[in-house]
Parts: sequence; C-alpha cells; structure tokens
Amino acid sequence: METLFACCIGFLTACGVFLMLRGRTFPVVVGLTMLSYAVNLFIFASGRLNLRGAVVLGTSDNYADPLPQALVLTAIVIGFAMTAFLVILAIRARADLGSDHVDGKLPGQKHAKREPRQ
Amino acid sequence: MSHLILLPILLPMLTALLIMLPPVHHSPDRRRWLSMASTLLLLVMSVWLLSQTLTDGVTFYALGNWQPPFGIILLADTVSVLMVCLTSFLALGAICYGSAGEDERGSFFHPLFQFQLMGINGAFLTGDLFNLFVFFEVLLIASYALLIHGGGKNKTKAAVHYVVLNLAGSAVFLFALAILYGTLGTLNIADMAQKISAVPAEDIMLVKAGGLLLLIVFALKAAILPLQFWLPATYASASPPVAALFAVMTKIGVYALLRVYTTIFGEHAGPLAGMASAWLWPLGLATIVLGAIGVLASLDFRKLVANLVLVSVGSLVCLVAIGNTAANSAVLFYTLHSTLVTAALFLVADMIALQRGKAADRLVSARRVAQPVLLGSVFMVAAVSVAGLPPLSGFVGKLMILQAVDSGPAQIGLWSVILVSSLLVLIGLSRAGSTLFWRVSGQPANEDKAKPLQVFAVCWLLSASVALVAFAGPITALTQQGAVQLADIPATLSIILPAAGATP
Repeated sequence: METLFACCIGFLTACGVFLMLRGRTFPVVVGLTMLSYAVNLFIFASGRLNLRGAVVLGTSDNYADPLPQALVLTAIVIGFAMTAFLVILAIRARADLGSDHVDGKLPGQKHAKREPRQ
Repeated sequence: MSHLILLPILLPMLTALLIMLPPVHHSPDRRRWLSMASTLLLLVMSVWLLSQTLTDGVTFYALGNWQPPFGIILLADTVSVLMVCLTSFLALGAICYGSAGEDERGSFFHPLFQFQLMGINGAFLTGDLFNLFVFFEVLLIASYALLIHGGGKNKTKAAVHYVVLNLAGSAVFLFALAILYGTLGTLNIADMAQKISAVPAEDIMLVKAGGLLLLIVFALKAAILPLQFWLPATYASASPPVAALFAVMTKIGVYALLRVYTTIFGEHAGPLAGMASAWLWPLGLATIVLGAIGVLASLDFRKLVANLVLVSVGSLVCLVAIGNTAANSAVLFYTLHSTLVTAALFLVADMIALQRGKAADRLVSARRVAQPVLLGSVFMVAAVSVAGLPPLSGFVGKLMILQAVDSGPAQIGLWSVILVSSLLVLIGLSRAGSTLFWRVSGQPANEDKAKPLQVFAVCWLLSASVALVAFAGPITALTQQGAVQLADIPATLSIILPAAGATP
C-alpha cells in the first residue's frame, strides 16, 4: 500500500509541476490543483498509513492519528478558496490583457502599444 | 492568562466585519474614520502589549485553553510584539494615506486592509507552525485582492504572477509541514525545538529536507535572490497605500526565518544546527548586489523603491545567517527602520507622480511639481535615511549591521557588499531626485496639491526615522533584549512547556 500511495503522490506532483510550468493560465490552474491534491494526500500520510485505526479512545489498541486529518481539512478549504480566486483572476487577466498567457502576451510578440500611465 | 495577546488579531477582524455592515458600508467617511480609529486603537493596544511583555517576560495564550503542546498557542515575546507594534505603526500611516482618496478607486479597500492586518499580526504572534501557514494564507488572500485594488493592466499582470507563485509556495509549505509532523510528531514551535535533539539518526535527512523546504517558502515570501523576481513588478504596480503595507510583508518572511532557524534549528539541534546559514549567507549577499544594481537600472521611481526593498531584505538575511545576538538585535532595528522608510518612499513616489502629470514617476524630464519645497524635503529625508547617511536611522541601522560581524572573511564580505551597495543606492537616489525635481520642462505646474492627510501619513512614517535616532539608546536596548530572549530557548521552553522540563 505504501508503494502505491507514494507513486500516486509522486505522479500527481509530477503532473502538477509539469502543468504549472505551461504558458497559459488554464493549465497552470489545473497544475496547481493537482499539486494541492498531492499535498493533501501527503499530509494524510504524515500520520502514517494505518488501516482500521479507531478514532475513539478506549475502543481499540490501534488508533488513527487525528491531527493530519484536521490539517488536511484546513488545507483543502484553503486550497479550494485560493483556486476559486485564481480562476476568477485568470478570467479577468484574459479580459484585461487580451491573452490567456501568464505574461499577458505570447513570447516574441512585441508590445502593441505602450499602456497609458495612470 | 491575559487576553490582551489575542486583541491584535481580533480587533482588525471585527473592524473589517463592522465596516461591511450597512450603516458604515454606505458612507465613505464612516468607513474611513472607523478604519483609521481602529488602526489607532490597534497601535495603542500593541504598545500596551509591548509594555506588558517587557514587565512579564514571555507569555503565551492557549486558544480554547488547550494547553501546549496539544493546543494552538499565541506567543508574545519581545520580538513578536515589537513586530506587531511596527505593523500597526505602519498601518496607521498607510490607512491615512489611503483615506485621502485612494480607497474609493475600488471596492472593499478598508475591510481587506483590516483583514490583511489580522493576517500579519497573527503570523507574528503565532507559536504554531501550521497556524503560521493559516495566517500566511489569511494575509495572502487579502493581499491578492488589495493588489488589484484600483484595477489596470499592470496590476492584473503582476497579480497573476504573485498569486501563482504564492500558491506554489503554499504547496511547498504544506509538504514541509507534513514532513516535519511525520518525523517530529508535533507542530508547536516550542515542542519541535524540544524534540529536534532526539530525532533518530535515520530521520535526520527527512527533517533536514523539511527544514530546507521551509527555507524555500520563507525565501519566496522574503524575496531572496532566486525567488525575488515577483517583487519589483508587484510592489511597483500596487496602489500606494497597499505598496506601503506590503513593505512589511517581506519582513514576515525574514521574521519566520529568524523564528524557525533560531528556535527549532538552533544550536541545540545537534547535526541540524545552522543548516540554513550556508544558504542564506551567499544568497543574502547576492540579493543586496542585485537590489543595488536594480536601483541603478530602474526607469521609474517606484521600481527603484521596490529594489530598495530587495537591498534591505538582503541585508537582513545576511544578519539572520550570522545569527549571533548582535546580529539578531541588528535585524530587529534594521527591520523597524527599513520597513517604515521604504513605506514612506512608496507614498512619496505617489505624491510626486500625481503632480508630474503624464510622466508620473518615470525618471524623465517633465513639468515641475506643484509643491517642490514640501515634496523635496520629504524626499530628501527619506532618501538620506534609506541610503544610510547620518544623522537619520539608516545610519544607526547600517552601523549595527557592520558591528554584528567583527572578524574574519565574513567581515570582509559583508562590509564590502553593504558599503558598495550603499554607494550605489546613494547614486541611484541622487540621480532619481535630481531628475524628478530639477529636470523640468517649460510646462507650468498643475494645481493639484497634496492632501493634508497624505502629508500627515508621510510625515508620520518619516517621524519614525527621526525617533529611531533620537531614542536609539532605549530602542537598541529593546532590540538587544529581544535578541537575547530569542536565543534563550530553554527559558522560553520552561514557560511554554513547564511539565516537560526545559532540556532542549
């Protein structure tokens, strides 16, 4: 189980990093989402993989560590909010800058016109 | 147990909520006055907390009365409370400047500003590493929204980079926390300090990996060399009060470095002691050099100030790498000085830009400013202070930095880099100042005068530079005490974890 779990986290991280290095905002958002999935699984593993661990004291000899589960919940909520914000920001950047490239223009494309200063 | 420690976090949060309620929300004046009054109250409370901390020593607040190491604690020692005082002092200046009209250029300026204050204060006060992550996210999400306050292409572009980078940073932060929790079994900073010396040999490399991942995260927040590319564009495009408040954000990264690498990975950590210094020292020096070159190369004044932030971060990081008491004391003093003065410079840059018409803050010849005497003098004071010339606080700060290393190759390295970079900064600022004020075209000055509230905000921030010199004795005694307290880990542990004994 450990090997499968580790491979799963590694694969998700690799995909996340690859997508994050892409030039357009949509793959970057998806990449960050995958990276946050990998992180969540990884935090979960920090409490050790433990089958059939009890959560209530005095019911078993084998307990699950409750703290990583609380941490994962927090991380999921925060990651969700941040992703939602990033999606909205990416849409706004597409509208404001006229391109969905993360730099606001395709590489090699000249500045069409200098932006008026505020 | 005093509830006072919690107030610097609660007050901005409640104020933000109050501002969004109808009777306040619909009136710009009420929003402004409530926000300013609350920030003033925050300053009073942080100073009160500081005086309490000075009499009582290190105290902590167990949230929900769950005792450490199981519950989350807020820790009030001289260093953290001093940082909270710095934040509220800075925030009062920034909010006054914002209330002069900048806040009406977008919605929800005041609530977001207060939420960001809540995040910053929380990050300084927390004694738990996961809680630090949570407060980082609180301040970051507020800063994302504040960064695009007012709108415009530049802001959107800078915000995309800033948000993506910080989200990647958060992911790395969580990886680091999970590794450290998996190996040490705790996330309470004091408890981690206690357990680090008992790490089994096979886990040492894992803990080291976790610690160095944390270094990446804090380096990103503090903008240390390979991770600093986001800073100039972000700071230069943010609206002025926001940029002024952001001046403290890089210092949060430095504070986190200081906290984590002295408390957890300090001298008691055995094979893990001082693992960050080897990285921080060269990168800090390189950041200073890069910042100084950036100052010379900047084409507009706000970019120049953003590069000054880099120079100050580099100096602070070098001091963190040295890590002795004199260096930590210098870190605290220089943080106070550089945060307030660079924030003032961002505000001055905006006042100048508003009066120069289309040229704004670009370093080209343009119409003359309407109030040359006023703007010239505040620029002069800020520039003298930030360049480190006597008689203002930059001089004292630089002196403390130079005195922190007294022998060996480290001295040659730090002294030469700091002194040469000061010269470059001086050249850059003189060039900028003479272009902004003296290279004028024949056009008549426009009639836009700076608003009284803006002038007050700048003078408020610059008065700190004067005060830091006038009261240099008591303030250095304070920073010295903070540095001693920070290094005295057994004493702190015996307060936080009395039952477990104080044997780190």
